Amino acid sequence: MDRKLGRFLLIGIPYFWLFLLFLVPFGIVLKISLSDVAVAIPPYTPTFDLDNGWEGIKAFVGNLDFENYVWLTEDDLYWSSYLSSLKIAFVSTVLSLLIGYPLAYSMAKAPSEWRPTLLMLIILPFWTSFLIRVYAWIGILKTEGLLNQLLMFVGVVDDPLHILNTDTAVYIGIVYSYLPFMVLPLYSALEKMDGSLLEAAQDLGCTAISAFWKVTLPLSIPGIIAGSFLVFIPAIGEFVIPDLLGGSDTKMIGKTLWVEFFSNRDWPVASAVAVLLLLLLIVPIVLFQKQQERAQEAEQ
Amino acid sequence: MNTSSAKKPSARFAPWDNPDEKPLVRFKNVTKRFGSFTAIDDISLDIYEREFFALLGPSGCGKTTMMRMLAGFETPSEGIISLGDDDIGAVPPYKRPVNMMFQSYALFPHMTVEANIAFGLKQDKWPKNLIAERVEEMLSLVQLRKFAKRKPHQLSGGQRQRVALARSLAKKPKLLLLDEPLGALDKKLREQTQFELMDIQEKLGMTFVIVTHDQEEAMTVASRIAVMDDGKIMQVATPEVIYEYPNSRYVADFIGDVNIIEGRLDHKTEEGIQLAWAEGEPEIKIANNASRSENENACFAIRPEKVHVTRDEPQGVDNKIKGQIDDIAYVGNLSTYHVRLSNGMIFKAQESNIRRLANREFTWEDHVWLSWRSTAGVLLD
Ligand SMILES: Nc1ncnc2c1ncn2[C@@H]1O[C@H](COP(=O)(O)OP(=O)(O)O)[C@@H](O)[C@H]1O
Ligand SMILES: [Mg+2]
Repeated sequence: MDRKLGRFLLIGIPYFWLFLLFLVPFGIVLKISLSDVAVAIPPYTPTFDLDNGWEGIKAFVGNLDFENYVWLTEDDLYWSSYLSSLKIAFVSTVLSLLIGYPLAYSMAKAPSEWRPTLLMLIILPFWTSFLIRVYAWIGILKTEGLLNQLLMFVGVVDDPLHILNTDTAVYIGIVYSYLPFMVLPLYSALEKMDGSLLEAAQDLGCTAISAFWKVTLPLSIPGIIAGSFLVFIPAIGEFVIPDLLGGSDTKMIGKTLWVEFFSNRDWPVASAVAVLLLLLLIVPIVLFQKQQERAQEAEQ
Repeated sequence: MNTSSAKKPSARFAPWDNPDEKPLVRFKNVTKRFGSFTAIDDISLDIYEREFFALLGPSGCGKTTMMRMLAGFETPSEGIISLGDDDIGAVPPYKRPVNMMFQSYALFPHMTVEANIAFGLKQDKWPKNLIAERVEEMLSLVQLRKFAKRKPHQLSGGQRQRVALARSLAKKPKLLLLDEPLGALDKKLREQTQFELMDIQEKLGMTFVIVTHDQEEAMTVASRIAVMDDGKIMQVATPEVIYEYPNSRYVADFIGDVNIIEGRLDHKTEEGIQLAWAEGEPEIKIANNASRSENENACFAIRPEKVHVTRDEPQGVDNKIKGQIDDIAYVGNLSTYHVRLSNGMIFKAQESNIRRLANREFTWEDHVWLSWRSTAGVLLD
């Protein structure tokens, strides 16, 4: 009996946290998204009120509607923010992959006594606050910033480049911030690859380059998928980077949400945006989980 | 050596005895160093076409390094390796008509059995229909036709080993390298696979070089064996010669069981020479040792199965010594008797167990006679 209770607690605790920290807030956000905006505190109506008993609850439920969701489909701003977020996340993911793969590859090929150090260097940026690191990029990218000074000093450009407050700066920020999430799974896929496979490919007639395409690359696909999801999923909802580095025309759903919430004080629409963002993210997250499970099965 | 003259050269496959025969592979004064460590030390070696050549030696003696130089993964620090008429020192692995079966099999985990076997053929741009034909042929050769569509992780160890073999044979290499190909198999499967390997080698008429640290395996499969130690080749000869006429204590010790008696030579005659080995014991008579002279120090080596054990003093034998049974190792078909000699040395003698255990002739502490013919052992330095 005691064992059963213990086991129940053990399994129950994570579910309890999930309920408290995810489902309850989500329920609140969902409820707000079905409400109407109001000049009040909190700035929406109806609010939950048990004083009026059963009638009060009925009135409360009757006042909930999908108005805000309809509104989202009608205004171009939201659609284009969603699409623009997807595009920025996708392009950033591809860029991270293109930069991260050679990085992970050379780490995996480095002498084994160097590898812990290299790994350390990849993780090192996490020791500083994310916000500060993104701020630092402003200093680098701004018109009279370090990058422009360097480029003009070397003589590559005559006039300073305008990078800050453009989409380019957002790409740089996202790729910089999420690169470790790409490199680490790629590295672990490449590092555990058996070197004799490449020798076997060469023995059977491959040059080193074709051995890479036929053996290394296909075998690192689980790492590519894992790394891509780890960059793509958080990048879609990114707010800090487009806010600090992007321009006024950089549209990302996280930014739109922030504007609705704080500038327009339209909590119901902001909540609807958040709910849709979550639904949008569920698809890649589920795909990612499936892929991880498959990768784990293949390893056994 | 003295045995090769006893064989009929015409009936036997022995290109190494024919001075006109050109070797397929030739190592000429090859040295390989890794930094300051010398892994291969000035080796010269010829391997002939259609040979099943074994490199035998303890772990770390340089066998894999020899193979990797043949496959092209290592280049010799000094010396020349040639294949046919070509110096292959600088030829990259993918251009060599040599294939290797890896110790770990190195099967591509993302490809089916079929695709693994076809890999090298595709690389060589064979036409599709010929690839399909060749893959079929290889699959039947290793009896894996039913498993063509499986991935390597869906196969047993023995099946994987066969896929690796089929893949390395598919391109019809001039030379097939097998690095401890049976190391991961259990004993029974290993023995069975040894015979299959020999069949395949004979059927295809190809040249195989096998690396092993298992002397029985080398003896079973090889036409010739090179016994290696510490980057050097100690002896290259047929299994019979290696076994019966080892050229050094190291080789005698490494291959099978051996008794070694140290002593001093004297009484040289037409028939042979004698070894004085202990006070008050008769000298050991050894036939046919024209090259040795009196008053040299020497070792006498004799295999346990060449020594007879009897209760009564044997008559009309070349050599006999008295001793007492110290231990008996019973392994079913054979018993090895550990016999203590007058000087305390333990001498091993092996008899096959024709009678059942209960009727066995000897037991512990019995006094027995050991005897052998003067031609049964060899003299070593
Ligand atoms: N790439 C290498 N770098 C340094 N030492 C090596 C390398 N390859 C082999 N060796 C050394 O050379 C010796 C022979 O190795 P190897 O040919 O693998 O032996 P075997 O196959 O007979 O066990 C070993 O002492 C090994 O440590
Ligand atoms: Mg080895």
